Amino acid sequence: MQDRLIYLDHAATTPTDARVVDAMRPFMTDVFGNPSSLHQLGVRAQTAVMEARESIAKIINAHADEIVFTSGGTESDNLAIVGIVGHQNADDRLPHVVTSAIEHHAVLETLKYLEKTGAIALTVVPVDRQGIVDPKTVLAAMTQDTVLVSIMTANNEIGTIQPIAEIGRAILSWRKEHASTFPLFHSDACQAAGVLDLNVEKSHVDLLTISGSKIYGPKGVGALFVRRGVKLAPMVRGGGQERNLRSGTENVPGIVGMAKALELLEEGREAENVRLTTLRDRLIEGLLRLPKTFLNGHATERLPNNANVTFLDMEGEAAVLYLDAKGICSSTGSACASTSLDPSHVILALGVSYEAAHGSVRFTLGHSTTEKDVDFVIEIMPEIVEHLRKMSPVKVSEKYYV
Amino acid sequence: MSDIQSPNGQRWIYSDIVKEHFLHPQNFVEDEASLKGAYQGMVGSPACGDVMRVWLKIEKGDDHVERITDMKWKTFGCASAIASTSMLSVMVTENGGMPVDQALELRPQDILERLGGLPNRKIHCSVLGDKALRLAINDYFRVSGQVDRITVESGRIIDKVLKITDKDIEEAVLEGAKTVEDVQARTKVGTGDPSCLPEVEQLVRFYQEKYCERQ
Repeated sequence: MQDRLIYLDHAATTPTDARVVDAMRPFMTDVFGNPSSLHQLGVRAQTAVMEARESIAKIINAHADEIVFTSGGTESDNLAIVGIVGHQNADDRLPHVVTSAIEHHAVLETLKYLEKTGAIALTVVPVDRQGIVDPKTVLAAMTQDTVLVSIMTANNEIGTIQPIAEIGRAILSWRKEHASTFPLFHSDACQAAGVLDLNVEKSHVDLLTISGSKIYGPKGVGALFVRRGVKLAPMVRGGGQERNLRSGTENVPGIVGMAKALELLEEGREAENVRLTTLRDRLIEGLLRLPKTFLNGHATERLPNNANVTFLDMEGEAAVLYLDAKGICSSTGSACASTSLDPSHVILALGVSYEAAHGSVRFTLGHSTTEKDVDFVIEIMPEIVEHLRKMSPVKVSEKYYV
Repeated sequence: MSDIQSPNGQRWIYSDIVKEHFLHPQNFVEDEASLKGAYQGMVGSPACGDVMRVWLKIEKGDDHVERITDMKWKTFGCASAIASTSMLSVMVTENGGMPVDQALELRPQDILERLGGLPNRKIHCSVLGDKALRLAINDYFRVSGQVDRITVESGRIIDKVLKITDKDIEEAVLEGAKTVEDVQARTKVGTGDPSCLPEVEQLVRFYQEKYCERQ
């Protein structure tokens, strides 16, 4: 057992940076005013929200009035999708949406619900064996009725980075060719924020989701970039806050914290990416030395902090719990870790067998991760894998992976 | 107690007994060669996430009662599945060995009780052990020439891979399952053999009407 916890589940959530907590504190104590109030406490809160909006807008190369604050990544995804679909004229033909097979549940479940209720027609494009969406497939799926394309910037489970700019350019050309304002392009960038360049002029996205809880900011706050001119139907009605798209008193400390967190990440982004990539590759290399072990996702087109590995003949949840007993926090795409009885839709979308999907374990590194931590995982993993395989009556052939 | 997070944020709490049996499993097979001649049973498939294989030694004592004197196992599955098999092996071998007739009556609920329960959505992980046990006992009956004592799973097998029967589905409904999803959460039916799901749906509706409609 380690004397301290080794937290390798940063894709699930990150700890809140102490400097972020410091930035938030005044807005929970002294400056507690409602930004809509006319008195000085209200004005100061409103100023803070405005500054946060400007700061986030600057980082993604947008205008402050294009940032809508929400309660998190899931709400931002919902607002983008339901907002676009809800704004379509009911007399028109059935709106069509294109998405990928490896999207976050916040996108996939929302779209499947809309499909089930007859509000949209849905096309889910596959990914290749490495977990990358082919822009040509997206383009081929688009029709005259396509109102929205939603493809994530980077995947939360296998860390693959999608060719967003290429898809964005393809959509722009399509719109020009067909003299249409549709389809619009949404991307969930919860995992990419603070890691990749989110310049919306380069990626040509019209809607972009970010979340506070994955960037060393607070939980319960997110943002949606909505390009000027893009019309959304509101999801939460009430007092008309956030350009009437998302009523409700602003989460001032959360908003301030998320902006601060993103600023801090941007400052050190390049250096931290280099550091994490080295650690990630060290971890992957160390784990792949084990027999019947495979990397899920692309070897290089992946987030600097993500290592997702399948160990054949064993079950991921059991491995996660043994790791937990050794003081290491990780995660799995096995069925036993989910509410459904199916293993991760992301791992299955790669085209691997159910057998292989059950044995996946995800390690996501972060600020606190050291080389020593990585070496400790590499050191104890063989013993855990050997133990679980010894207990297992299953000896699947390696062909179940390839 | 051990709390873990899954990628989609569910919180699980296992009892200390489950944790103990998972981290220090009892009676799993170290050396298959030493089990030559043991009676065997196996259920499940790696594709649906659970496989259990058991080896039994059965002896007739001076009192002419056939008892399970040893049970060894291998399990491919999550913590709940491993802990359930481990506990089952303890239950059938303690106190000089469980009489075979009694072992045939073992049900998942008995294992659950000894484990101090499992989170609701993990119950399906505990349902294969007793089936593997009965298959191994059948193997004993076959080898010892007592073919007339071979039991078939009571009821009709619906899921061929997991050997889930209509009785299992009936029990799940009696325990409060209202939909196919509820029944799946308790029995895993259909994960090994999805082609049986339409029949499961019919059975759930049938037992619902039989037991629950009037309330």
